Amino acid sequence: MSEITLVEAVTQALAYELAHDQDVLVFGEDVGANGGVFRATEGLQKRFGSDRVFDTPLAESMIAGMAVGMAAEGLKPVAEIQFLGFIYSAFDHIVSHAARLRNRTRGRLSCPMVIRAPYGCGIHAPEHHSESTEALFAHIPGLRVVMPSSPTRAYGLLLAAIRDPDPVIFLEPTRIYRKIKQNVPDDGQALPLDRCFLLREGSDVTLVSWGAMLTETMAAAHTLETQGISAEVIDVATLKPLDMDSIIQSVEKTGRCVIIHEAARTCGIGAEIAAQLAEKALTSLIAPIQRVTGFDTIVPLYKMEHLYLPSEARILTAVHEVMAFE
Amino acid sequence: MSLQSSIVAEFAITYMRFLDADGQLTQDLPESLNNPELLRKLYEYMVLNRTFDAKAVALQRTGKMGTYPSSGGQEAIGVGVGAAMQQGDVLVPYYRDHGAHLVRGGKIEEIYLLWGGDERGSDFATLKQDFPVAVPIASQCLHAVGVAKAIQYRKQTRAVVTFIGDGGTSKGDFYEAINLAGVCKLPVLFVINNNQWAISVPLSEQTLCKTLAQKGIAAGVPGEQVDGNDVLAVYEATRNALKKIRAGEGPYIIEALTYRMCDHTTADDAKRYQPPEDVETYKKEDPILRLRTYLASQKLWDEEQEKALYAQVKHTVAQAVHAYESIPAQPPTAIFDYLYATLPHDLIEQRDVLLASLGENHHE
Repeated sequence: MSEITLVEAVTQALAYELAHDQDVLVFGEDVGANGGVFRATEGLQKRFGSDRVFDTPLAESMIAGMAVGMAAEGLKPVAEIQFLGFIYSAFDHIVSHAARLRNRTRGRLSCPMVIRAPYGCGIHAPEHHSESTEALFAHIPGLRVVMPSSPTRAYGLLLAAIRDPDPVIFLEPTRIYRKIKQNVPDDGQALPLDRCFLLREGSDVTLVSWGAMLTETMAAAHTLETQGISAEVIDVATLKPLDMDSIIQSVEKTGRCVIIHEAARTCGIGAEIAAQLAEKALTSLIAPIQRVTGFDTIVPLYKMEHLYLPSEARILTAVHEVMAFE
Repeated sequence: MSLQSSIVAEFAITYMRFLDADGQLTQDLPESLNNPELLRKLYEYMVLNRTFDAKAVALQRTGKMGTYPSSGGQEAIGVGVGAAMQQGDVLVPYYRDHGAHLVRGGKIEEIYLLWGGDERGSDFATLKQDFPVAVPIASQCLHAVGVAKAIQYRKQTRAVVTFIGDGGTSKGDFYEAINLAGVCKLPVLFVINNNQWAISVPLSEQTLCKTLAQKGIAAGVPGEQVDGNDVLAVYEATRNALKKIRAGEGPYIIEALTYRMCDHTTADDAKRYQPPEDVETYKKEDPILRLRTYLASQKLWDEEQEKALYAQVKHTVAQAVHAYESIPAQPPTAIFDYLYATLPHDLIEQRDVLLASLGENHHE
């Protein structure tokens, strides 16, 4: 079996669910004949027909609102918002309805829907194509928020997201859409939507990250190994609900924690993880928790976005700081 | 030099009514309305709507219910539309269309429960497919097109009916919904309750459009304006529209022109902005009075029936109030129990915190 990229793993998962569940429909802007601007829906319309894979008019609020109506009728819509930066006009339907319909009707109606959106910087695109605003969604009761960091996890987590009976925001890291290749068997096996993944075992420090930032985080862990520092790496993957048990377990072992995320610092999910560590694992900590994050700035246009994005060097500096505590 | 141009498209919006304010026929009734049983049913439900609605306001005024949006004076719209729907159709309401819920068999106490602060009011005992009330303006139009899209995908003959107010037609969601409905020829009817007020903002400050039905023209969606105080016109327009929609002809817009003879909600005071002379004018347009006059003139209704109806409606409403007031409280954990199909582990922890804070007595 040949190896596939993360974006190809997304396509593979969509195709698997389309083939196995007639209630699954895929739609959005340019997802049909064009196969999506990132080719995430490549070939799907040809294979499954335009009843099941279709282009919508250019209106994001409509895409999300329509998905709510379809899901309430028992379909499993998988809607694409072309870039996360365009999701805000759909925010009302995600926050006010998708997240609430089950609770509002005491379980009579529900929203088994997925909204996929590419996120993050690093692809030399114009403004609004580079943000990482997962925290906005993780704040909303009723939603699940997922960010895969590899082809394998993109496949398994997207299958889980589509099968989940509640709305899932599935954010795909554009920066690593084609960076990593893995052998991803098309076996329809979903991954759990409420668990972190341990990517690397270590004993000195826990590095917690998600999405595209796992690339720099794993690179840092390798560098640290050459420096005699053993880093454990956790891919949070599902940001809501947050699997704090796995993170706490790791921190109880290492005594040190560095959280790395691409999103802006203030009220980022790193803050939530740090707060819960302070509440539940303070006595296991040898050193203060460090966060390595995007700055609280507008993500710059691409000539300067490398300044915004947490680098391996910044991760190493933070780890060295926590290692100074014995 | 004079420029030459030619007309490439022309449009018109028609207005329909059968009963004028005095209860006189303005045109012959079509076959569908030549049905005394139907006319009495429309009348009875409008009376029920007004009676339960007045009670809702009274419950709020006496501290027994929360903020409530009255449908006073606009009963013909909800009742007329709902009566023309079929049971398997899907109602995607806003919040001033109670009559449609009632005439479709929805329970009065469900409405009291919702506005009385209890989510169970949206867990309808019948009407399992109907949407709950939508508080954010115009968002329901997009849910309606989503439901219609599902119906179309499954090749069913059901139709979707959604309501919106005049103010709501200023919002993008309305335009996005009618646009998609047109593109996909979706089986959905948009009913605009044009009561001429969006809380305190009059129609003249909402749009320069002469009618709201014409907004559909931009989306290629046909529509018409009807007298929203004439339940016969509302019913007939809905019946015709749903017939076309079921035949696959695509979406339709009905603008029902009326006047808000009540406050926006119980938290509002319309006297601050509605000109009293307008209110006086529209009092004479009352939808219930005109149908009663007509029915009496046709010997289809008499004083005895009127007395019996009011006695029965009073009893029905009293029963609903009793059902509303005697329903046991939801368990405290209900605030967690319907967030997800299965409660995530982090929320189980928070639910336990709530239970612990309430002491032993509240443990399940």
